[in-house]
Amino acid sequence: MAETYTIEGRTGPWEVVLGLEVHAQVISKSKLFSGASTTFGGEPNSQVSLVDAAMPGMLPVLNGECVRQAVRTGLALGAKINLWSRFDRKNYFYADLPQGYQISQFQHPIVGEGKLEIETEEGGPRTVGIERIHLEQDAGKSIHDLSPSASYVDLNRSGVALMEIVSKPDMRSPAEAGAYVTALRQIVRAIGSCDGNMQEGSMRADVNVSVRKAGEPFGTRCEIKNVNSIRFIQQAIAYEARRQVEILEDGGSIHQETRLFDPDRGETRSLRSKEDAHDYRYFPEPDLLPLELTAEFVEECRRSLPELPGARRARYEAELGLTPYLAGVLTADQDSADWFEALLADTAKRQGKPPRDVAERAANWMTGELFGALNKLGVEVADSPVSPAQGGELLALLADGTLSGPLAKQLFEIMLETREDPGAIAEARGLKQVSDTGALETAIAQVMAANADKLAEYRSGKDKLFGFFVGQVMKASGGKANPAVVNDLLKKALNQA
Amino acid sequence: MAALTDLTLAQMKAGLAAKQFSARELVQEHIEAVEAARVLNAWLVETPEIALSQADAADRALAAGEAGLLAGIPLGIKDLFCTKGVETTASSKILKGFKPTYESTVTEKLFGAGAAMLGKLNLDEFAMGSSNETSAYGPVISPWRANGSEQPLVPGGSSGGSSAAVAARLCAAATGTDTGGSIRQPAAFTGIAGIKPTYGRCSRWGVIAFASSLDQPGVLARDVTDCALVLEAMSGYDPKDSTSLNAPVPHYAGGLGGDLRGKRIGIPKEYRVDGMDADLEALWRKGVDWAKEAGAEIVEVSLPHTREALPTYYIVAPAEASSNLARYDGVRYGLRVAPEGGSLADMYAATRAEGFGAEVKRRIMIGTYVLSAGYYDAYYLKAQKVRALISRDFAQAFEACDLLLTPTAPTGAFGLGAKTADPIAMYLNDVFTVPASLAGLPAMSIPAGLTSDGLPLGLQLIGRPLDEMGVLDAAFALERRAGFAAAPSRWW
Repeated sequence: MAETYTIEGRTGPWEVVLGLEVHAQVISKSKLFSGASTTFGGEPNSQVSLVDAAMPGMLPVLNGECVRQAVRTGLALGAKINLWSRFDRKNYFYADLPQGYQISQFQHPIVGEGKLEIETEEGGPRTVGIERIHLEQDAGKSIHDLSPSASYVDLNRSGVALMEIVSKPDMRSPAEAGAYVTALRQIVRAIGSCDGNMQEGSMRADVNVSVRKAGEPFGTRCEIKNVNSIRFIQQAIAYEARRQVEILEDGGSIHQETRLFDPDRGETRSLRSKEDAHDYRYFPEPDLLPLELTAEFVEECRRSLPELPGARRARYEAELGLTPYLAGVLTADQDSADWFEALLADTAKRQGKPPRDVAERAANWMTGELFGALNKLGVEVADSPVSPAQGGELLALLADGTLSGPLAKQLFEIMLETREDPGAIAEARGLKQVSDTGALETAIAQVMAANADKLAEYRSGKDKLFGFFVGQVMKASGGKANPAVVNDLLKKALNQA
Repeated sequence: MAALTDLTLAQMKAGLAAKQFSARELVQEHIEAVEAARVLNAWLVETPEIALSQADAADRALAAGEAGLLAGIPLGIKDLFCTKGVETTASSKILKGFKPTYESTVTEKLFGAGAAMLGKLNLDEFAMGSSNETSAYGPVISPWRANGSEQPLVPGGSSGGSSAAVAARLCAAATGTDTGGSIRQPAAFTGIAGIKPTYGRCSRWGVIAFASSLDQPGVLARDVTDCALVLEAMSGYDPKDSTSLNAPVPHYAGGLGGDLRGKRIGIPKEYRVDGMDADLEALWRKGVDWAKEAGAEIVEVSLPHTREALPTYYIVAPAEASSNLARYDGVRYGLRVAPEGGSLADMYAATRAEGFGAEVKRRIMIGTYVLSAGYYDAYYLKAQKVRALISRDFAQAFEACDLLLTPTAPTGAFGLGAKTADPIAMYLNDVFTVPASLAGLPAMSIPAGLTSDGLPLGLQLIGRPLDEMGVLDAAFALERRAGFAAAPSRWW
């Protein structure tokens, strides 16, 4: 059992209990209940239909694509799909909520219980329970800093479909919360139900934090609203857990409340207490019929799912013989896995070998050379200047001895810059290993003649000078000589006497 | 020749087809009637230019032989229907000046069928009322007066502008909406016919919402045939309304025969309430006789939860209204009252305090209360359960009969101001109409007789879901036998 994360207080260690509500924006062309576009970054109020602006007499019509995406997400999390679900109205007044209510699913969500496997360095693998996923509308955006005396409202986001993915209180450390969001993000990106872009707000989390002594029942929790990066989630938890421990150890008690995380100060602060909490007056949305799905529809959704990151990782280990580390790195996101599979297919084909035989070499090159280079360039793998086919060609040139390791590195640098094929570069710039024995024998003879003293020393037993001769021949060939061939020929020449 | 305004809609169609008069002449005569009847306060907006241009288009279509079902027919539109470019207020101050950029599905269908819009009709504010006295733009005065009296009477509500305008011969027919009786009760009060079709038959898209699960557009007209014609034009599936029913719309007027042989008509015993007006009870008995004469078999049926319908309605409807009316917040359209230096919450409070009338506020408060934490189960949830029982009552009754025959309203029209101080007495007007609304059933009121004071009384027919044809046909049979010919004598 791995070490448990605890907050060390004056009275001993405290356990942290965490549950997350992740709001994931559904990938769909139009909004949950209207035909308006969902593209990010449009001019304010340019993507607003009459429904989104809650004009009198307007009615919502459910977008089937959003339903499909929620079901696919549920299936990817191994969750129960509820064939009967219902929309409810959550009533509250705010300037960026035109209807005066949010259409959500309160009592009967579309997706029920599921689970998500996570892994942390300290904690190892564990399972986090999913409580439910429901569909709901996003609100618009209030902008308070454009004018000292007025607020502005942008309704572009009003009505955009969100999946609220609610975990069970199963996490026990900031690292686990981070791993949970990372794993969730991998899955929704892999199946294309959410772009996972936390900076643009397509994914954000409400974090529920409580603390307790080991073995005690759950403590009172506080909810930290709308945290929009994994790092902030972890910082917010660490701060909030420490805050709660200090209050409890000073003899105080935790009041259930909603808090905000201030990333500039790295602290959470109270937004509203339970007493001030809204009474949302949920009731069934009378403008919509209950949502009834058929088993066939759910099966279609299931068939549309690609291989999920967890399954892919297991396959890389079992079928390709990759180490857990390499398999983990390559399946961390969809783009990397896609790139790797294209590279692997090309490499296997060029070298006429089964993928398993070339997988490790390809994986090492990709995670080492390619990722190193992309990292330096600050470029995502999807935008790599080198294509998988070019990578495969480079690996083939290495494998057949056309390139030495150092030559391959040199050539790769040129590929990154020029985007040209490695074979063409090698040809044009003469960057090929020289394995021609005639040319090398001439070079060896010249080196031996120029270093008669060293030759004599060698022959009198100073074996260590062999390396010196190799270096001289390589230098004479301009680094292009095939070291293995040089070794062979040199041994023969030096030992002839 | 009689005035064109005295013709029924079917007679107008025949006259137009026979080129006895043009649509322009027909519409022009109605425009003049509207102008002459302003004392009734039935119209919030008059749109003579629109009506005339639609009439001209109808004349061209008639000449080309391409006339729609309602070509050239002058209609009034209840001001709950959004009409493109024409002020639409739901009789509320909070929407004063609001001009929609869109046309409701129902009005689009009517205009598509060639109808001409004379204007927008007054109603109770947000359709909340039974007498048209809650309108922010003043009450509608009924064209009817009791024998020997000059006391102003209410035209019923909430479609009081619609009922008054049709009864006073200001338009051939008018759209209405019915949430708990808002078409049927005003029709009964003013001696005309009115049908609320099955919930989902007519699209609610573009109709300002009162209580979404109950609201249903329909029509008020001179007689059953006219109702059938307009209903056909305004009905039909609308993908923009998720609660709209995808079912074919029959040619209602063509199906009217009035032969009730083989039909069983149920008389719900629970509707025989204590202290029922003697005129009304006698009229109901006459209705039974007319149905028998038309060949129907009469059966007594039971709707055990009738007594619970009114309290159920006055929980469900305000609950939905409290949420539906949250959008009137002064942020995007309509009235905005922003106190100097005030917060957003201050703006909400001031806007809604100023913009809503007393009845609307009362219902928002009731609705908010019944949905509140701690009260939801006792009120809203229980009301939903009772509503299901009421629907079941009807389903069981319809195993024993095909249609139900009841009175429409417990009394004839009452005097202006007679019940404004007592909301409960006002709500009791809906006692016979609310059950069919809760069950979403098609129901119709036809003028059947007069009180001893000479004021109209109506009988109601209720049918199975989507059986508007059965309701209309039975109403047609009763209408022929009732021979109701009374009309308000013109005092305005």
